[in-house]
Amino acid sequence: MTRIFLALMLTLAVPALADSTMPPAYWSDRQLPDARQEAAAQTLMDEIRCLVCQGQSIADSDAGLAGDMRDLVRRRIAEGQTPGQIRAWLIERYGDWISYKPTASGAALPLWLVPLVLLILGGAIVARRVRGKRS
Amino acid sequence: MTRHWRFIPLALFVALVGAMVWRLATPPDTQVASQLTGQRVPVFNLPAAVPGKRGLSSRDLTGGAGPRLVNIFASWCVPCATEAGVLAELKRRGVKIDGIAIRDREEDLQAFLARHGDPFDRIGADDQSEVQIALGSSGVPESFIVDRAGVIRAQHIGPIAAADIPAILTQVEAAR
Repeated sequence: MTRIFLALMLTLAVPALADSTMPPAYWSDRQLPDARQEAAAQTLMDEIRCLVCQGQSIADSDAGLAGDMRDLVRRRIAEGQTPGQIRAWLIERYGDWISYKPTASGAALPLWLVPLVLLILGGAIVARRVRGKRS
Repeated sequence: MTRHWRFIPLALFVALVGAMVWRLATPPDTQVASQLTGQRVPVFNLPAAVPGKRGLSSRDLTGGAGPRLVNIFASWCVPCATEAGVLAELKRRGVKIDGIAIRDREEDLQAFLARHGDPFDRIGADDQSEVQIALGSSGVPESFIVDRAGVIRAQHIGPIAAADIPAILTQVEAAR
């Protein structure tokens, strides 16, 4: 009985204090009343990378900083800023790293060029084979 | 000739495994540096975080008061407690330090300062990480060295260790 009780008590244990105890920012987990604005914010939040849980978007992350960034995105969308402006503002601070949407420049350039090169290469191989069979 | 071609997939596979092993052995740097280094601090104005100590605004940094070290910290941040002693040593060596407290409560902050020391001339309360994001900072603790003109000259990500003191002092001197 005691053992079961102790095991149940474990479910109530809280992790060591390593995060803010402040309540989340107002718009962090609250949808904008305007459905179109909320949709725009949601699309952008899915494409902004969380700085704490790197690999998650700020829409997915439970980190306090991600909540504050969702709040920032929703407030700015509600103020009339475009998702492009907000993304540019964040990239100005954190670099291309912050955005999941790859840019067509720098290190991401091969991402766009390699499929083209492979397509041409594949086409050339197929063309050679077809011609080879005919002769 | 065609016989050698069939080994290309194998070669590619070996290269792929090699790349994976290399990345596992030397993990990439996960720190995200602020792109604002070399630029003026963004305009901000934070209220006081604790009574009896002024808040922090960008004017306090751009008005020729520099070089100053702006420390982004929080009472709930465990590494910040270990960094506190090093900040005290930097202050003793003449570095002017301001703080930005992230998502913090007044009473928690007061207890933190009482326990770990208070090297800060001003502390601004950044309750929604707004200024932290505006500075391009990605966590606590982080420090920015700002020169007289209010230009960010260096960023230190993570707690400043005792071993970092000479480097920080050099950076502060360079920002003079």
